[in-house]
This record gives sequence, C-alpha cells and structure tokens, in this order.
Amino acid sequence: MTISRKDIEKVAVLARIRVDEEQVSALEKDLGNILDLVDQLAAADTANVEPLAHPLDAVQRLRADEVTESNQREAFQAIAPATENGLYLVPRVIE
Amino acid sequence: MHNKSVAELSRELESGKISSVELTQQFLDRIKREDGQFNSFITVTEEQALADAKAADEQRAAGNATLWTGVPFAHKDIFCTTGVRTTCGSKMLENFVPPYDATVTENFRNAGAVCLGKTNMDEFAMGSSTESSYFGATTNPWGLSQGDKRVPGGSSGGSAAAVAARLVPAATATDTGGSIRQPAALCGITGLKPTYGRVSRYGMIAFASSLDQGGTMARTAEDNALMLNVMAGYDPKDSTSVDREVPDYTATLNEPLKGLRIGLPKEYFSDQLSPAMEQQVRNAVKEYEKLGATVKEVSLPNARLAIAAYYVIAPAEASANLSRFDGARYGYRCADPKDLMDMYTRTRAEGFGAEVKRRILVGTYALSAGYFDAYYLKAQKVRRLIQQDFVNAFKDVDVLMSPTTPSPAFIQGEKTNDPVTMYLEDVFTIAVNLAGVPAMSVPAGFVDGLPVGLQMIGDYFSEARLLNAAHLFQQATDWHQREAQ
Repeated sequence: MTISRKDIEKVAVLARIRVDEEQVSALEKDLGNILDLVDQLAAADTANVEPLAHPLDAVQRLRADEVTESNQREAFQAIAPATENGLYLVPRVIE
Repeated sequence: MHNKSVAELSRELESGKISSVELTQQFLDRIKREDGQFNSFITVTEEQALADAKAADEQRAAGNATLWTGVPFAHKDIFCTTGVRTTCGSKMLENFVPPYDATVTENFRNAGAVCLGKTNMDEFAMGSSTESSYFGATTNPWGLSQGDKRVPGGSSGGSAAAVAARLVPAATATDTGGSIRQPAALCGITGLKPTYGRVSRYGMIAFASSLDQGGTMARTAEDNALMLNVMAGYDPKDSTSVDREVPDYTATLNEPLKGLRIGLPKEYFSDQLSPAMEQQVRNAVKEYEKLGATVKEVSLPNARLAIAAYYVIAPAEASANLSRFDGARYGYRCADPKDLMDMYTRTRAEGFGAEVKRRILVGTYALSAGYFDAYYLKAQKVRRLIQQDFVNAFKDVDVLMSPTTPSPAFIQGEKTNDPVTMYLEDVFTIAVNLAGVPAMSVPAGFVDGLPVGLQMIGDYFSEARLLNAAHLFQQATDWHQREAQ
C-alpha cells in the first residue's frame, strides 16, 4: 500500500507539523516503505483475538477525588517560552 | 578505580580506602579526558556531583550509608532531573530544565548515589544507533583502535558507551523495542529490561507508553541487580506500574542453575543470523549446559510479525504522546509565529528531527479516521498472538536464549538513509516489548573483534532468575570484563 501526496499533506495538518513542498517526495518514499513493512499484518489471522493494550491486561486504577498536588505555577511558568500575569502567552487567536 | 564494579566501589567506600569526593573527581576527570572521542554525555553535572559526593561522605561518616551511598553513575537523558536540563536528545528540549524528578531519579537520590550527568540517546528514544541525537552521534569504544567509528546501538547508546568506556560503572536506560539490550550487546556490557510495569515511568519522557520500560546497564549482572533493587517498585504516580513485592535481586544471584530449562526459539536462529554470531551464542548455551541446564528448541510462530506490529503501535502512541510539544508551555518555540497554527506547525517542524517526524506522521496516519481498525486495532490483535507465543513457550522452559542482534556494531552512517533497514536491527528484541516480559543482554563473545550479546528472555517478573543465570555465566566466563582498546 502506498501513500499519496494528498495523504501526506492531510496527515501533516493533523499532526501539526509543517511539511515543505520539497520534503513531500522523500516522505512519500519513506512512509510508503514503512507502510509496506507493516502491511504484512493484514495476512495474519486474528479472528476472535482480543486486542492487547496492556501486557498484563491491567485496567486503569482510580484514586480518591482529592487534591494531592500543591500549586507550582511559578516553577512551571519559569520554563515557558512566554508568560504574563501568570498566563501563558500565544499568538492572538480571536480577532 | 574506573575498572571496578559498583559492588567493588561500594566496598572501597565502606572500608574508607577512598572518599566519594575523590572517587567522583576521578570519574569526572576521566569523562573530561576521554569523552571527546565518544560523545556519550550530553550534560556533565560536575558541581552538583561533587556537592552530592560531599553529602554522601557526610552520610557515611554519620553511619547512614546505603550500598549506593557515594557511588557514581549516570542517567540516560530521558529521566527528568530537577534543576538539570533534560533534553531527550532533542532540539525541542534543548533548554528544558524540569521542575521535578522522575521516580527513578528520586530513587537513586534517596539511595545516596552520585549522578555525574546525562547520557546521549537517539532523539526521543527513537532509533537503534544514537545517530539521531540533536547533540551529535555517540561512538562505540569498540572498533576505534582499528580506525572505525561504529555505532554503540540505541537508543540508550550514550549509557552503553559510557559504561563500556569505563566513564561510569553503571547507567540508567530505557527499552521500548530493544533500546537497552541492543546497545548493551554492541558495546559488550550487561543490560536488563524489566517486566513492563516493574519500574515506574513517572518522569521518564514518554515515547510509546504501552512498551516503554526503564532498566539498567552495567558491566556485571550483579551491578544490574544492585540497580534494579533501587529502581523497581510500585509507584502510585504511574498508573501502569505494578503493585507487587520487590525481591532483593542480589539474594538469589548464586542459586545453582542445575535443572534450568533453556529454550532456543528456532525463529531467532534463522538465516538473518551470521554463522559466526550463531557460533558464539551456541557456545554460550553450551556453557549453561556445563552449569547443569537442559536445552530444547521452541517456537515463537508469530515473532516474524513483531516488527510490523511494533511499527504501528509505537508510532501511534508516539504521535499522541508527542502532541504535548506545542511551543506553548515549555520547550522550543519557533521565532515570530504569525498565528497559533503557524506556531504549532513551525515549532514542531523545527524542533523535531527527521526520524521523530516520520514516526509522528506514520502514527497519525495509522490512527486517522478510516485506518484505525486496519492498523492500530489489527496490530493490537497481533500483539496478543505474539504474547501468547511467549506464554506457551514458558509452559515448557524457564528462559529463552537467542542472539541479541543479527550482527555486531555497524559503521556510523551505514543505515541512516533507509529507516526500514535500521528498524530490522531490532528483529530479535522487539517481540519482548510487545509481550511485556523481562529480558537481558549479556556479553558472550566476539566476532571480528566486536562484542556479541546473548539475549535471555524470562517469564513475567522473573528478573531475579535472569540475573541469577547471567551472574553464574559471568562467574564462568570473562567476556564482560573485556575492555575496548
């Protein structure tokens, strides 16, 4: 199974990764090769096989709904690219 | 001192022959002098290490020493360390200084061990050669004297090279598809990937959450046991960690191997394996027979599907995990974003390297509408078949043995142009992660002057038995003591 230019452009938007025009051909080849590799799965007989998500089939643990963390806003924001008044700054979203 | 094991260094410190400050300084000097040729460290934390060593000496003087108090080691740069930058080998995290410790970091801190720095790795642990690090490739100490620059394996290639070069006696590592065992094999050291859930993943930067597992690297099995004693255990902060008693992994190292049932998976002795490599592995198995083990052939019929299943599951989980790197809260942000979408897409295009982007794109594709069932769900079903192969095999045998890799360390640059060729490097290691069972790589000989690793795979939570088998093998052989010239 090969992957088309259009697929790559779509996936790049979904993944929020800018892909320049001149990179598309190389990605077409590399991603195509990877998908060829994984295509051998199609031949495996998996009728009546349960998918395995956790090797020990553990399920999500729940804990009591209590506050366990202290507020560390300053420590967390000290490493942010841009903050102001305790808020994270990003480019304008609403005009 | 640099040739001594953790166990030996611990005894030297206890006897007062050397202080931790002296020992730490010796290793730091050695890193400064030697690491230029290996590039096994991304960050060396000299000041912090000397301060920690001083504190360790005071602890010991006060009579509060543990076995690890004052012993130097290093962390793979995937474990968060408060106040020390943690890059995961990526430009995305070049200046990321975590405000918290990984549980593994905290465990070693509490034990009094002295961290000398953070070791190099493939970017976000995606690779088998430590060539995809933003901070430059790591070079294997083996082969250098012949004038060859060979890969140390990956992704934990920095930890493996540092231990092999005697820059540290031990280092932490992680294994998602072979990232502990393959570099351990290629660098001639001993490494252990524990059962999934045995070691906390909290603060260990995530790649593929259902496969990632923290583990150990050192020259001897005994030192791996000493590390696992510190690292293993239930952690409420990791929802997939397992609540189960942790044995003292050193207590059973000398249990006799008489009656140990070894299985040789016929799929791992295929024509992918060079005759010279096979010979070394078969010699190692003979050594076990001398120690009283019995050997039979077994089959893992679905193992041939492991790479295919892995290259759906791992990229799919990576695409979800790495969505957190958006330029908003920490890490790299592109210059002058014109709007929010531009900030996301350029931050990620500039901050991630080529292999990481490939895997995110593949994973996004596999999870996108219309493809989920054909790829991700199908791969999870095949994963169940692979797991069942191991469950069935362990009804008849105690440990599976195979080569860790199909060939010894390759030359840098040889496989970087073709991702799929690089993926095949993990052909013998990857099924273990899909099943979640523990496995080791132990030095077992040489081919063309380069180390060969014996892979030993055990049933769930059988780390103590694996370490025991590896330890007694190392009492009978000296492959693990050989040093690259």
